[in-house]
Amino acid sequence: MMETTTEEKYMFKDFVSDQEVRWCPGCDDYVILRSLQKALPEMGVRKEDVVFISGIGCSSRFPYYMDAYGMHGIHGRAPAIATGVKLANPDLSVWVITGDGDSMAIGGNHFIHVLRRNMDLNIILFNNEIYGLTKGQFSPTSLVGQKTKSSPYGNTQPPFLPGELAIGAQARFFARIGGNMPKEMTQIFIEAEKFKGTALIEVLQNCVIFNNGCFSKYTDKTVRDDQQLFIEHGKPMLFGKDREKGLVLNGLKLEVATIGENGVTQEDILVHDAKEQDPTLHQMLVRLEYPLVTGIIRSFVDVTLGEREDALTAQVKADSEFTKTDDLFFSGETYVVK
Amino acid sequence: MAIPRLLADAEKGNEILEAVVIRFVGDSGDGMQLTGTQFTDTSAMFGNDVATFPNYPSEIRAPQGSLYGVSGFQVHIGSIEVSTPGDNVDLLVAMNPAGLKTNLYAVKPGHTIIVDTDSFSKKNLEKAKYDSNPLEDGSLENYRVIEVEMTSLTKEALKDIEGIDNKSITRSKNMFALGMVYWMYHRSPEYTIDFLNKKFRTQPLIAEANTKVLNAGYYFAETLELIPNSYTIAPAKMEPGTYRIILGNTATAWGFLAAAEKSGLELFLGSYPITPATDILHELVKHKHFGVKAFQAEDEIAGITSAIGAAFAGDLAITTTSGPGLALKTEALGLAMMIELPLVVVNVQRGGPSTGLPTKTEQSDLLQALYGRNGESPVIVIAASTPANCFEYAYQASKLALEHMTPVILLTDGYIANGSAPWKIKTVAEMPEIRNNKVTGNGEEWHAYDRDEETLARSWAVPGTKGFEHRIGGLEKDQVTGNVSYVPENHEFMTKIRAEKIKRVENYIPDLTTEFAGEGDVLVIGWGGTYGALHTAVKQLQEEGVDTIGFAHFNYINPLPKNTEAILGKFKKIVVCELNNGQFAKVLRIHFSRFEFLQFNKIQGLPFGNDELIQKFKQLLPK
Repeated sequence: MMETTTEEKYMFKDFVSDQEVRWCPGCDDYVILRSLQKALPEMGVRKEDVVFISGIGCSSRFPYYMDAYGMHGIHGRAPAIATGVKLANPDLSVWVITGDGDSMAIGGNHFIHVLRRNMDLNIILFNNEIYGLTKGQFSPTSLVGQKTKSSPYGNTQPPFLPGELAIGAQARFFARIGGNMPKEMTQIFIEAEKFKGTALIEVLQNCVIFNNGCFSKYTDKTVRDDQQLFIEHGKPMLFGKDREKGLVLNGLKLEVATIGENGVTQEDILVHDAKEQDPTLHQMLVRLEYPLVTGIIRSFVDVTLGEREDALTAQVKADSEFTKTDDLFFSGETYVVK
Repeated sequence: MAIPRLLADAEKGNEILEAVVIRFVGDSGDGMQLTGTQFTDTSAMFGNDVATFPNYPSEIRAPQGSLYGVSGFQVHIGSIEVSTPGDNVDLLVAMNPAGLKTNLYAVKPGHTIIVDTDSFSKKNLEKAKYDSNPLEDGSLENYRVIEVEMTSLTKEALKDIEGIDNKSITRSKNMFALGMVYWMYHRSPEYTIDFLNKKFRTQPLIAEANTKVLNAGYYFAETLELIPNSYTIAPAKMEPGTYRIILGNTATAWGFLAAAEKSGLELFLGSYPITPATDILHELVKHKHFGVKAFQAEDEIAGITSAIGAAFAGDLAITTTSGPGLALKTEALGLAMMIELPLVVVNVQRGGPSTGLPTKTEQSDLLQALYGRNGESPVIVIAASTPANCFEYAYQASKLALEHMTPVILLTDGYIANGSAPWKIKTVAEMPEIRNNKVTGNGEEWHAYDRDEETLARSWAVPGTKGFEHRIGGLEKDQVTGNVSYVPENHEFMTKIRAEKIKRVENYIPDLTTEFAGEGDVLVIGWGGTYGALHTAVKQLQEEGVDTIGFAHFNYINPLPKNTEAILGKFKKIVVCELNNGQFAKVLRIHFSRFEFLQFNKIQGLPFGNDELIQKFKQLLPK
């Protein structure tokens, strides 16, 4: 979260760069771009303090389209580059833009470690369950059996569930949102920026060319209300056209119950606590296949790496006899030659 | 190393020597590094020139008494200039049979060995794979062996101290050995006593015990008839100033501290542990009080990419590694070159390829540093050549990176990184200025790849600077706007201007110099960590009356000093000496094809020995 606020009022077009956007027509990436350009003026950050760092892939062209500071890095390394940026200047608002291959295949190591450390960064993961820029190979989130250019007879490698992997790697903030829900997405981006710590937002991003419709059973407007549970902190976990269905806990399993049936009342429905430290229920929500849980699933406030480092540095400075390097060089065992 | 010449018999039983090489060996737990360091520091304070080299097993705690568990520390002290830790030793102190067995080869015939006879038990002899006791079977008759019951004498010395455990008693026997050596070389144990009192401030009993044993060893040597001689090594003629003994890796770390302070930037280190570079990380993590941000990353790639992020954000950014780590950093180094950010990559070279010989020295990463990236990807490559000048070259690497907006690879090696020598302390005030290319103004009409006319360095607009928001990245950029460009002519132009930028660095580095003969029959060429050995050998030949051999040592590899060709032309023969299979010779052949470059190479994980160099150079000199 940025401490500095600005007098200057920005419009979304202030964050639009002069570069022509080159994604395929109909790609959800346009929705993400516009949602973030709309969210940024609401965050109270100065434009010159905003930095986008990306890796390689369709999503990683994103920084070129934002009128802010940006670096299009190398494949998978954006979290590490961003860590350096943030450690060098903690006042910056640093955003990592990545895809499913970039973050969980070639960049898997950086992805888990950035989450573990809890740097104050925001990561937008464009998950389309496919490699787009290299034209259609299976990714670490592709489904078993999925036919792609590199799995013509069907994919044999079981997928990662990004939220499950992330929370397993100690993610303190995890949100999931459909690529066709700009309003909610914009709000989640604002919440992510407010959150102190690594905020990971998985966008279920449709690839119109190589994996069209991969999330449509959850995201199509016709089925969305019945298949998706958009979750909010402090509110009961209700879904359905008339919000008549909800989640209850039965033993170690989440189950769908209908209010009014089998004596189930609104009081029986679980209330979402995103801020709970224990990730057990958050993991269960992430793993649920029906309904698909979207929204901010986990938002546990914890000490950030930056805070730990700052505290330690202040302590060492206070205890140190050295203020200049000369003090160090002439300290301890020295001798004079005449 | 030539056998030290006897100058005069000052008095009976006291010889005056110019230089001496001593090696302390024992089990990894015997405290040999500490013993050696103490002798070094005391000698340096006495005014001797010194050079040291540790030799310890890669196993952290190898089985006691085993051959591969032997830990050693070699020190070369002199009243004359000392440029290497020395080859063969004048005195070997062996705390156990394994230490004797693995180090006897290095002792000059006729010279002295001190052994702790208490450790020559049947069990220890077996562990050291001795069929018979070397102290009894006559195999040491070419040496002067001083047998001391060191463990018993240590116990005896401490019998009156109450409350000290057996383990602490045996562990202090290294102080007995040190006390003896102090007496032999006319060194006062005072400095070490001070040291012990400081080190064991909270354990006064241990401090007292160690001091007692140290003194016991000293007086034992004084009264012992077995030691017929003591030796005097007069202070060396050294430039006046304040000195300290410094390890190469520490000097490297401190060079960066000085550069950060001088440039007014914060220092960022992204690093992953790797032998023999890790001590730079160990050193820099201590200095949070100077605002140093030392980040231990999840891997080598994150080490360099976090540093690239920090460079983008305006820090003096560095990453430290050794050969295999540099291989992993390759792609990221290409990115840093492409986005033209200042970055220093330190490669403390070790024996390769692959995992190779992690604890041994080699110079075999030169071609990797120069050419090991995809695409046309030139970077500055420089090399330090002594433990102490690691400071200067770390500073210089930072200066070049910041002033020319480019990655710089600084090559050192395990030999100079772990070696120590006197360093005449530099204040930050006396170091050269460091400019940087940070932008000023409001950013109107500014483009990311606007260049300085002289250096061709692009300007540095760091996040947080209003009006300069821009995007950089690994894709080729338009020479004017800085936007992504696939235009063929633009790519060729950008490739050439990136090369020209590095080439022009030759205008900002010192000329190559020659030592000894400035022209003549043979030019000895070296680069990096072999300076001490090559300098010593050529100097010896000169002292023997050869005045047609010159020596040119390179610290700047890419670009090469402008006057290189002129110097090469002044000699009839050129021999390039390297601890690899001829990598710098290849580079010189590319640049200066009209010359013939002879080679002298050693690829054993070891530094050059003096004798082998002298022999080689004599072959090349006219009969």
